[in-house]
Amino acid sequence: MLKCRTVWRTLAPLARTSSTVCRQNARRAGLNNGRLPACVPAAHMSTAPAGGGRENQLYVLLVGATCVGGAIYAYRTVKGDSQRYQDRIDEISSRPLKTFTEEPATPTQSEPPAAPSPAEPSPPAPDAEILAPIETADLPSVWIASTADEPAVEASPQEAAEPAAALIVEEGDASPASHKVSSHTPYLLIGGGTASFAAARSIRARDPGARVLIVTDELVPPYMRPPLSKELWFSDDPSVTETLRFKQWNGKERSIYFQPPSFYINAEELGSAENGGVAVLTGKKVVHMDVRGNKIKLDDDTEISYDKCLIATGGVPRNLQVIERAGEEVMKRTTLFRKVEDFKSLDKVSRNVKSITIIGGGFLGSELACALGRRSTESDLEVIQMYPEKGNMGKVLPEYLSNWTTEKVKKEGVKIISEALVKSVVSKDDKLEIQLKDGRLVKTDHIVAAVGLEPNVDLAKSAGLEVDSDFGGFRVNAELQARSNIWVAGDAACFYDIRLGRRRVEHHDHAVVSGRLAGENMTGANKPYWHQSMFWSDLGPDVGYEAIGIVDSSLPTVGVFAKATAKDTPKAATEESGTGIRSESETEHTASSPVASSAPSPTGVQHKDEYGKGVIFYLRDKVVVGIILWNVFNRMPIARKIIKDGEEHADLNEVAKLFNIHDD
Amino acid sequence: MSYCKQEGKDRIIFVTKEDHEAPSNAELIADDPNDPYEEHGLILPNGDVNWNCPCLGGMASGPCGSQFKEAFSCFHYSKEEVKGSECIDHFRDMQECMQRYPELYPQDDETDSSSQEAESRSALPTEKDSTAATSTAEAAVSADGTSPTDEQTAS
Repeated sequence: MLKCRTVWRTLAPLARTSSTVCRQNARRAGLNNGRLPACVPAAHMSTAPAGGGRENQLYVLLVGATCVGGAIYAYRTVKGDSQRYQDRIDEISSRPLKTFTEEPATPTQSEPPAAPSPAEPSPPAPDAEILAPIETADLPSVWIASTADEPAVEASPQEAAEPAAALIVEEGDASPASHKVSSHTPYLLIGGGTASFAAARSIRARDPGARVLIVTDELVPPYMRPPLSKELWFSDDPSVTETLRFKQWNGKERSIYFQPPSFYINAEELGSAENGGVAVLTGKKVVHMDVRGNKIKLDDDTEISYDKCLIATGGVPRNLQVIERAGEEVMKRTTLFRKVEDFKSLDKVSRNVKSITIIGGGFLGSELACALGRRSTESDLEVIQMYPEKGNMGKVLPEYLSNWTTEKVKKEGVKIISEALVKSVVSKDDKLEIQLKDGRLVKTDHIVAAVGLEPNVDLAKSAGLEVDSDFGGFRVNAELQARSNIWVAGDAACFYDIRLGRRRVEHHDHAVVSGRLAGENMTGANKPYWHQSMFWSDLGPDVGYEAIGIVDSSLPTVGVFAKATAKDTPKAATEESGTGIRSESETEHTASSPVASSAPSPTGVQHKDEYGKGVIFYLRDKVVVGIILWNVFNRMPIARKIIKDGEEHADLNEVAKLFNIHDD
Repeated sequence: MSYCKQEGKDRIIFVTKEDHEAPSNAELIADDPNDPYEEHGLILPNGDVNWNCPCLGGMASGPCGSQFKEAFSCFHYSKEEVKGSECIDHFRDMQECMQRYPELYPQDDETDSSSQEAESRSALPTEKDSTAATSTAEAAVSADGTSPTDEQTAS
């Protein structure tokens, strides 16, 4: 069809010419037949209406010449097109061949099941086969040499070439000759954090005798993160940076490590262990993932194949661009807080400097500010916290509550600089000078940047996995699955929450919940994300809250408050429930029925600005999508239920009654 | 009396104890006990043991996991008058295994108490599943300070 169009186009001028000639001949003939010479319209034929034979000959000549000229023109155009087409096809077919010769060690691209095999000559052949049908199919579209078609043409051969191209990315790592013997594990967990550990436990519980291998680039086995910015700072033990044990409010001590080292078995013994087990390979980074071949490659060139894989790579703390560009001296005095060693180094720093500035007003920044602020009362450490928002937790709490919280943080000994945008940081005379955009200058010794987390999606490229553009992280479905045998959990997972929509959550309990779910699904459960995770934060001994769902300060909120009594503090809550980690206290002690309150509850004057305790509902289209329990503890199941129902409630005060906020 | 104010898009209500005394008229949807998506307590709807229950901590997944599962399954399905009396061999195996990992299963009569804990927990799910069902429970930590499941928490 398109062919005809081009042909027509090339022949059109010729056709036009010939039709004009014919018309004029006809006219001439008509005219000569009987019209008066005077009525002949001005023809662009210069020959006079002279005698017969010579004229005819001329006509024949002209028409013939035009035809021949047209034919030559058409022939040349057609030839040129065909040549261009041929060139394009050659170029395309040469591409995959080129890539294959460069990477002989890649797993075979051919149809037979992918068993890891060394370099083989067959890859080019199957690929040419794949290309052949594509060529014929693309013939018509390539005929038209327009730029618009190029992507279309390249798309299909590109698909065949893509897996090969994807492997090329990591080409630098592969030395074709030396490959270590690859080993196999049924369950492979990439990343050694909370989500990974929760998945390991879930797999072992459901699949008896399962062999689980955790690969982490950290040097220690899995541990929990919340104490790094909370409990560990309040420990009385001077050797806490070594033991990493913290005393909970109830006096019980525990380590941040989920399990002591004796729990894990050696990676080498994993295959032979009678009842299976969990092995942790520390200090190894996964640099390449081959989805088609079901295997990964480590930074030491070891290849490990798997049956099911979990990606729980978490994230890396973000840094401010101005600090990154500020040079070595500034970077040396900046801490990006996430891991155990960051805790150790910050602890050391806090004992040796006079002033620390925390940039960031979210969870981590505020918790660290309070922790360091508490320390500042014992030493002459100056603690400054600066952030662009108006108040602490400005992106989470409604404005009135954020302001109230900021005052509490100030009471913890922290100097707050709000609405602060950092313009530049320079190192001068062994101190750091932070220049703000509004002109203020802050001089400090050390900076802690708590400005967010960048999810680690390094493996997306080699694995060909989708990365979410809105939230970051690997895009997975409601069952946390990215591809057939690949799941993602924890901070790095952008998943579909059936109730609340697509999200990515960076909280501890979510890592546990999603890790467990991923583990269940890896053992065949096929369950979606349904059990809503919660999170909590304490800002000093007076302010603590638990939250669930989408808690975004840009949503309309309804807050229902009562005045707090002495019993409504985080300390009291954990003492009562006998646990140290807030998310556990939920199961230990759930308030279910209203009991006559023993504490005197104030009925008279409600101090306007005292948000002692209460419940805050976050609404989206009149449905409650998030709840904060403000200094009200052990009521998470009710909150979870309300979010699960997803109902429109006309009067949220009635809903608030369900929480019995006046009781203990 | 309660009063209410509005700050932009945020509404704030202050309530007294009396205001909240009347029972709530907010409607909650009844839970479906057979909901396949819901988290379950120690006992699944079909009567089996939920080995993935957070309440068990790491008991079913640790090095002695299989011994624990055998012992506890035997106990769970036991129809004897003294429940679990025929399971003594399994419990002994479990105890032997646990003795090999003193760090994980701190010794001093803990193995007996752990089965007692599990027993008491099996009675719980009948009433309020949701309490035991949350993902972050620590098993058997309540009374004794050093129960075998205290070695770790999934949270």
